[in-house]
Amino acid sequence: MKESAIDGQTLCYHCGNECVEELHHVDAKAFCCQGCKSVYEILNANNLCSYYNYNQHPGANRAIVDARFEYLDNPTITSDLIDYSDDKITIVSFYIPAIHCSSCIWLLEQLNRINPAIHYSRIDFLKKQVIIRFSNPEISLRQVVELLFNIGYEPLISLQDVIKKQDKSRKDNLVQKIAVAGFCFGNVMLLSFPEYFGLSGVEQTFKHFFGWLNVLFCLPVVFYSGTEYFVSAWNNLRNKVLNIDFPLALGITVLFIRTITEVYTRTGAGFGDTLCGLVFFLLIGKFIQRKTYHHISFERDYRSFFPVAVSVIENDSEQHIPLSQLQTGHRIVIRHNEIIPADAILLKGEALIDFSFVTGEANPVSKILGEIIYAGGRQTGQAIEMEVIKPVSQSYLTQLWNNEAFSRRQGKDMQTFSQKVSKYFTVVLLVIAVSTLLYWLPVDYKKGLAAFTAVLIVACPCALALSTPFTMSAALSIFDKNFFYLKNTAIVEHLASIDTIVLDKTGTITTGDSKTIKFEGALSEKEKQLIYSACGNSSHPLSRMIYAHLNGHERLKTEEYAEVPGQGIMAVIDGHYLRVGNSKLVFGQKEDETQLSRVHVLLDNVYLGYFAFVHQYRPGLENISNLVPGYKLFLLSGDHDHEKYELLKFFKSQEAMYFDQSPQEKLDFINSLQRTGATVMMIGDGLNDAGALKQSNLGIALTDNVNNFSPGSDAILDGRSLIKLPVFLKFSKDTVHIIYLSFLISLTYNVIGLSYAVTGNLSPLVAAILMPLSTATIISFTSIATRLAAKRRKLI
Amino acid sequence: MTIIFFLIGCSILLALIFLGAFFWAQKSGQNDDLYTPSVRILLDDHNEEVENKSKK
Repeated sequence: MKESAIDGQTLCYHCGNECVEELHHVDAKAFCCQGCKSVYEILNANNLCSYYNYNQHPGANRAIVDARFEYLDNPTITSDLIDYSDDKITIVSFYIPAIHCSSCIWLLEQLNRINPAIHYSRIDFLKKQVIIRFSNPEISLRQVVELLFNIGYEPLISLQDVIKKQDKSRKDNLVQKIAVAGFCFGNVMLLSFPEYFGLSGVEQTFKHFFGWLNVLFCLPVVFYSGTEYFVSAWNNLRNKVLNIDFPLALGITVLFIRTITEVYTRTGAGFGDTLCGLVFFLLIGKFIQRKTYHHISFERDYRSFFPVAVSVIENDSEQHIPLSQLQTGHRIVIRHNEIIPADAILLKGEALIDFSFVTGEANPVSKILGEIIYAGGRQTGQAIEMEVIKPVSQSYLTQLWNNEAFSRRQGKDMQTFSQKVSKYFTVVLLVIAVSTLLYWLPVDYKKGLAAFTAVLIVACPCALALSTPFTMSAALSIFDKNFFYLKNTAIVEHLASIDTIVLDKTGTITTGDSKTIKFEGALSEKEKQLIYSACGNSSHPLSRMIYAHLNGHERLKTEEYAEVPGQGIMAVIDGHYLRVGNSKLVFGQKEDETQLSRVHVLLDNVYLGYFAFVHQYRPGLENISNLVPGYKLFLLSGDHDHEKYELLKFFKSQEAMYFDQSPQEKLDFINSLQRTGATVMMIGDGLNDAGALKQSNLGIALTDNVNNFSPGSDAILDGRSLIKLPVFLKFSKDTVHIIYLSFLISLTYNVIGLSYAVTGNLSPLVAAILMPLSTATIISFTSIATRLAAKRRKLI
Repeated sequence: MTIIFFLIGCSILLALIFLGAFFWAQKSGQNDDLYTPSVRILLDDHNEEVENKSKK
């Protein structure tokens, strides 16, 4: 085994990151940090180094590790996490975001070699889940979690996962239903063939037998596989809605009744094969439509962001209680990198809170004792003590989830094309069927009934019902290849109907550390030290950044200091008179507004130069701003407006940009846009956007890692693919056109079928050919057309 | 030709057995994770064998 080196860089043996700072060497292998090295040492001690053979650098970077699992000793908290437990063994399943390669599977299934008390561990790779069975007298849950943590696989334990486990989603046995329908379809086809090829005189005795067998096979198809169509049609009728399930249910019923009568009266072979095929194909369509991303959750809210347990001080000792038991008056301890779970007053310690997730404000805010700190902030620095003043669900941030936007039914009251069409389709179908009946009734009532039922059979909108799911699922998998994950197939149509785009700023169009500072001019070490010392007094974001940029100097004593709001600072340090600020402060005149993010430096009345802040926005923002004539574009930021002028080139006018927006204001803004008739797409990333994402017609959560927290939304977009957003919008329109075309094709088939049916001469053979043929046409047309459209848009 | 009745009976019975087997597989969770086993089969325990041999 050799050290990996590319272009002279040393790569960490564990995680593959470049080793920048000091190297840690063990067994002639380089590690970038202590964390990676310690993982290697554990694995090495347990003879588990094959881990490194399956993949190069399989580990996750461990440079920043900070986790505490004391709360897992509290049985009231863990009881919700555990799947099964008795006095000997415990079975628990964890979601581990770090699972990503075969090495991960191998290592995590070898846990018993590290600790024999773990009997069994099994990975579900797509769900990124591990199920562990361990002997609980020998090892505690906390130790298991710590073991996972120590080998670099920290499980994600959040409140929502606990809750999710309790109401596990219902199972509707769709696969079983397809199996039954497919089984019956195959057998009925087999038994129907002799009839189609013609039976000789001797074989006529079988005809009756085959007929009754067919009826027998139809029973489970209608009463087991097809039940949901009846239920759905009935429910919709009661709500006075005509959806596509109504003609489908009608078709199934008519097919079934006619098959029984024909077999019973020995007048024909019946439509058993058409019936089974219909239900089978419909269920396949349903199955295709139900694409699930196991590893992505679209339903996350603040609960999956908040911790499971909180440290509370009671009677001078620290205890861990579940978040649900946290009450006002509790005294809580929040450590470095922990999240404040409820609105609280700062009692002790130096609070420097990172609110980027809650307000969109990019820079940490320092708070003084006695100040109220809102929930959702992340403490950076030392541990602080606080007193809770509002319960978790009533805090400033979580109140957002009490808004009606969150209790509204899913589906977003936007009708899909198929829903709109099927209403008219059903009416037209019934009109044709009844008029056929009325036309024939005076002539020949038998023929009339035959024609009436034939119309209902042949016009059964099987192909119609399949065109949307097949097109959409093909589109979904193309989006998915481009790192754009949609919650369900209906979202594609929503995407096509968007006319207004609203963007969040921090984290959405900017990335985490998006600014670079450059000094235009030359600075001596002494001058740097002076500027460093002056900026250390200010809490303005730009001062903080210069302060951080020049870090490493010794801070000198400030003799005089004054800060002019909106302009800069004036200070006397070490006998030198220093002005740091905008041109108004330094030159006494206002300069071109677009250059506002320059900070000029004047030392003892000598101009030294300026700091230029180059904002780096995500690549692709230009593409989105080029959408403007076709789409309305807005910026909705929780941050202050200090980047206003740089954003102007993307958003064209100041009226399109809104700053200092609270989470509630964001939601209200979307709502006001919608009231003017706009169909709004919101792109955001933080909890502060959660309300706006929910309220919008299409909420997209942008994230750099789909496994990380992202607020509840309709779609999740990987940051790398923001550049493709305009193409996605065009492609979604293409897919809608494909659906229109496939509707046209299936209607053509219906018309052909109807021309047979109205005359009353529909033979089972025609029905049995027409139905699968139309289905096959639709399936191949939609999948080929979607792929071609994607190719044209360069998405595959 | 009456043998057909028997043969069809046999074929349906056989098909029913397969259907039942599928139901059982579905119920016992064999189809819950369709991806991981495909990776797992490629991972071998050669390390362990090396250890065992060296111990001998």
